[in-house]
Amino acid sequence: MRKQVITLSLLLIAAIAVLLLSPLFGMAFIPFHATGQEREILMGIRLPRVLCAFAAGSMLALSGMAFQALFRNPLATPFTLGVSSGAALGAALFIRFGIAFSILGISGTSMAAFIGALLSILLVYGLTTLKGGFSTPTLLLSGIAISFFFSSLILFIQYISGLTHSFSIVHWMMGTLSTADYSKLANLLPFLGIGGLLLTFLHREMNLFMVGEDIAISRGVNTGLVKKLIFLAASLMVGGVVAICGPIGFVGMMSPHICRLIVGADHRFLTPATFLFGGMFLALCDTFTRVLSGLSGGAELPVGVLTALLGGPFFILLLLNRKGGLDL
Amino acid sequence: MPNSIINIKDLSISLSGNGILKGISLDIAEGEYVSIIGPNGAGKTTLIKCMAGIYSEWIGSFLINGQPYAKLSSRELARLQSYVPQAEGRTNPLTVEEFVATGRYPHLSAFTSMKQDDYHAVDQALQTAGLLDFRKRKIATLSGGERQMAFIAAALAQETKILLLDEPSTFLDYRHQANVAALLKSACRENGITVVAVHHDINTATSCSDRIVAIKNGTVAFKGSPLETSDAELLNKIYDTKFEITPTPHRPLPLVTPGGAS
Repeated sequence: MRKQVITLSLLLIAAIAVLLLSPLFGMAFIPFHATGQEREILMGIRLPRVLCAFAAGSMLALSGMAFQALFRNPLATPFTLGVSSGAALGAALFIRFGIAFSILGISGTSMAAFIGALLSILLVYGLTTLKGGFSTPTLLLSGIAISFFFSSLILFIQYISGLTHSFSIVHWMMGTLSTADYSKLANLLPFLGIGGLLLTFLHREMNLFMVGEDIAISRGVNTGLVKKLIFLAASLMVGGVVAICGPIGFVGMMSPHICRLIVGADHRFLTPATFLFGGMFLALCDTFTRVLSGLSGGAELPVGVLTALLGGPFFILLLLNRKGGLDL
Repeated sequence: MPNSIINIKDLSISLSGNGILKGISLDIAEGEYVSIIGPNGAGKTTLIKCMAGIYSEWIGSFLINGQPYAKLSSRELARLQSYVPQAEGRTNPLTVEEFVATGRYPHLSAFTSMKQDDYHAVDQALQTAGLLDFRKRKIATLSGGERQMAFIAAALAQETKILLLDEPSTFLDYRHQANVAALLKSACRENGITVVAVHHDINTATSCSDRIVAIKNGTVAFKGSPLETSDAELLNKIYDTKFEITPTPHRPLPLVTPGGAS
């Protein structure tokens, strides 16, 4: 236990360092003590973007962690389960039809993405339980089927859209943080807050789900209720991120897996570690794309492309390493 | 029975349209060790899963500790009874200590953390199961026998009056079989825990139980003492295969060996 506390403290220090230092890097380096216009860029553009990246990374990583515990499978993530696509479909519908409204400062797009995420997770869960058991093939095939279906629907929406709508959907679908600002951060934080808090309280239940649903029941877990709460938390976070940044893949798969290696699988420590690591990971990836565009002088690489480039090989590695059924 | 802790009357359950259990009645006294035996597909596992709350769509009457089953919340139920499922090589990424601590779940709320007595219960369970040296090891790295001990230890950490086990010694080598048997026996004899275990091996069942219940085709085929169970004709009827009963001079019970189809 002491070891885990030390590891968590180190992660916290690293996360603070990333949050403080990342804004300095971009197309051009801006020092801490910059003034005037440079300071404006630092505080008004880069800092909110880094904070957005951190929040989005945390949310994707936490939802991936929750899915992996619930489905007892390291390959269960928002992306592979089709939850990102569901959220994207919800958001795309909103962008296409341009229905702009907000409740309590939360945009309609975010809510539509949340509903899309929730519906797709219920669909995947229904499909996998129907086939009996969360075996990797069933899970991945259901996820792929749902992903394809929703992606075609998004393409269909693009097809019936004008050029402007179509372009904004395409750009957003690549997963980008380039438009992040304080208002977007304000749209992310409530989703992170509610989702993260729910998962923090459910750490014992997630441990027991990971051990097995029958054991969870025999220990007194109200599995029906807890499942709904986990679905709710994860959909809130995936929907929240996708509405703002588009579907950024693989953060939700890599972060919890790496965290399990460094703090172990007990969700009491794994949840805060995944929060910190996921945030840092995406903030660093996004900083890298900014620096890259500065070096190449070209347009910015969407961060979703970078995470997918890293995540693809990682995914294959996990698949090859799979001994028997579960090795979370 | 005056001090019955489990009282089941006419329990039936259908799973995906198939009647698995048909009118099971069972009365178990506090502190008793009852073994459930029977051929494959008889409904032994289904019965123990009904008792553990994993299958809840059964009909019939079920009193546990004198209270109707349905009146108890899942946490209340989990403070009365714990369950050890069939091993089947199942594993998880927790360490032994973390895994055994999951047994404390029904004693904790979402807003409380583990207290002194929770840690004590975990230590006690680890010691009883002989796992103190393994506490930091990952469950996945244990041998089948050690892993089974960890699963039993987690159930013991739950500190319940009733312990339900599904084939606790199947797939184990002789030493671990003996360890598991000794552990369950002492839990029952010394701590007064009621043990209900599904056993595949008749000699294991007869050697440790107060009473044997045989299930066949979803009904109770026989209830009786271990000595009464050690009967070739009776076992032939239950298992549809021939048995040989060999008297053993130094032990109270004869040895049962299966011998060819009847």
